[in-house]
Amino acid sequence: MMRPYITSLRAIVGREALRFLHQRERFVAALVRPLVWLVVFAAGFRAALGLSIIPPYQTYITYETYIVPGLCGMILLFNGMQGSLSLVYDREMGSMRLLLTAPLPRGWLLFAKLVGSTAISILQALVFLAIAAAFGVTTAPLGYLTVIPALAIAGLMLGALGLALSSFIKQLENFAGVMNFVIFPMFFLSSALYPLWKMAESSEFLHDICAVNPFTHAVELIRFALYGQLNLPALGWTIFATCAFMAFALWGYDPARGLTRRKN
Amino acid sequence: MIRTTLALLVLSAPAALADEMWVTNERDDTISVIDTQTLEVTRTIPTGARPRGIIFSHDHKVVYICASDSDTVQVMDPDTGEVLHELPSGEDPEQFALHPDNRHLYIANEDDAISTVVDVETRTVVAQISVGIEPEGMAVSPDGKIAITTSETTNMAHWIDTETQKIFANTLVDSRPRHAEFTSDGAELWVSSEIGGTVTVFDGTTQAEKAKITFDLPNIHPDRIQPVGFEFTPDDAIAFVALGPANHVAVVNMASYEVEEYILVGRRVWHMAFNRDHSQLFTTNGISGDVTVIDVASRKPVKSIKVGRFPWGAAFRPTN
Repeated sequence: MMRPYITSLRAIVGREALRFLHQRERFVAALVRPLVWLVVFAAGFRAALGLSIIPPYQTYITYETYIVPGLCGMILLFNGMQGSLSLVYDREMGSMRLLLTAPLPRGWLLFAKLVGSTAISILQALVFLAIAAAFGVTTAPLGYLTVIPALAIAGLMLGALGLALSSFIKQLENFAGVMNFVIFPMFFLSSALYPLWKMAESSEFLHDICAVNPFTHAVELIRFALYGQLNLPALGWTIFATCAFMAFALWGYDPARGLTRRKN
Repeated sequence: MIRTTLALLVLSAPAALADEMWVTNERDDTISVIDTQTLEVTRTIPTGARPRGIIFSHDHKVVYICASDSDTVQVMDPDTGEVLHELPSGEDPEQFALHPDNRHLYIANEDDAISTVVDVETRTVVAQISVGIEPEGMAVSPDGKIAITTSETTNMAHWIDTETQKIFANTLVDSRPRHAEFTSDGAELWVSSEIGGTVTVFDGTTQAEKAKITFDLPNIHPDRIQPVGFEFTPDDAIAFVALGPANHVAVVNMASYEVEEYILVGRRVWHMAFNRDHSQLFTTNGISGDVTVIDVASRKPVKSIKVGRFPWGAAFRPTN
């Protein structure tokens, strides 16, 4: 009874893994981006942030230490969008139609797709954390284990966002627009680069936007998990956003009601 | 093996529970007592005006506190926090050192350009020694034969013979010497210069300068690198040097005199003290009003604990 489900999951995850193996430069590129931030951008701010202690930190930290969880989030965010890009590509190439005609619930197929891309995201984030550790930016040893579930939930959320978006994007060319209108605002208007109290200092309005941005909660979930702590509100928000994006993706891909019907 | 270690841990845990770090809060006229196990403030004890230097007697039965603006050294019962009596310290006592005989306190009187030697048993002044202007740092050699006063304005370390209570040598150091300390074997004397930004190392017997340590932190202006307090590991292998407004503690290799690392702590780090087994170092951070605990083995800051306003000195108290 469950066999077709397992087979399809294995096939779809396998295809993601294969795509990942064939695009090694993509793996490297995904790592270079956050590493440039860590090494170049953060170095200039080395002493700037050692002013206030906020949880989960127990003492003063360097800026490098602060932005590591945000940069993990960056990897997940870009990968989520990359997943969206590959879906649009699949649609143009026709392999998507083949996939979606499988006699299984569409939700399951999309979920399998999500699991595949999230697993790769987690792997990349862990490699990034290892390189950061080599640069001297470390956390408690146990934190490297407790961060994995947080990366998984955050990865699923951003992957679901990618799925939802891909149901909108008709052509590959439009992907640049997604970059401008989704990735950048989501990343910059979050707690990835500056703590929320610092945002509130410049503008209450900016702070409020950051506080509702699901990416902020994904980053905070990762930040606390890196220190072996669970941030319950962040977890709640991230799960809620995951469900919302997933529902949106299902609606978008539903042949009866969704946006795909209009396109075909 | 593991079982024995565990058993030892279990056995030693209750003993270590109540060890304390005492921190003077210059602006609050209080002492914050930190439990070195839980890293939380357990008591706040009122003192005289502007408490700075703090030392326990060698048997830890009393604690001496320089109440600078009260012009006195207070003697306190560490169990009750009650001031037992005061010692005639001379004006504006800032730092002091206790002779190995556990009886003679060497006190720097910043405003008077003198150092006062007090007998803590008879509570009388034994000697007053004229030194340079604004004496600050105080040290007594491990064998008790030499006392050192550093004078902030004269920029000298004055070497005092504790037999005669007379200066027998003066050595120049860089601008505004703050703190002086002998290595545990007495072979070296280290003196920090706050404005000069250096630590000078002297030979303990010949008074010759052996080395001068400089500090260089990326992204921090050299003017803000102001070495003040420092502490040696018991094996004289590593020195931790507080760099004041640079907000870092330097880790110095005592054999090569090279800085190996810088540790980020709170703002304007001033003095420091180790816990019982020297596994943790507690730094007083004046402007941020907290104490940062450094794990000595990994050289990482573990936690910053909020204390009173302008924490200044720190002293460890084993409680059994």
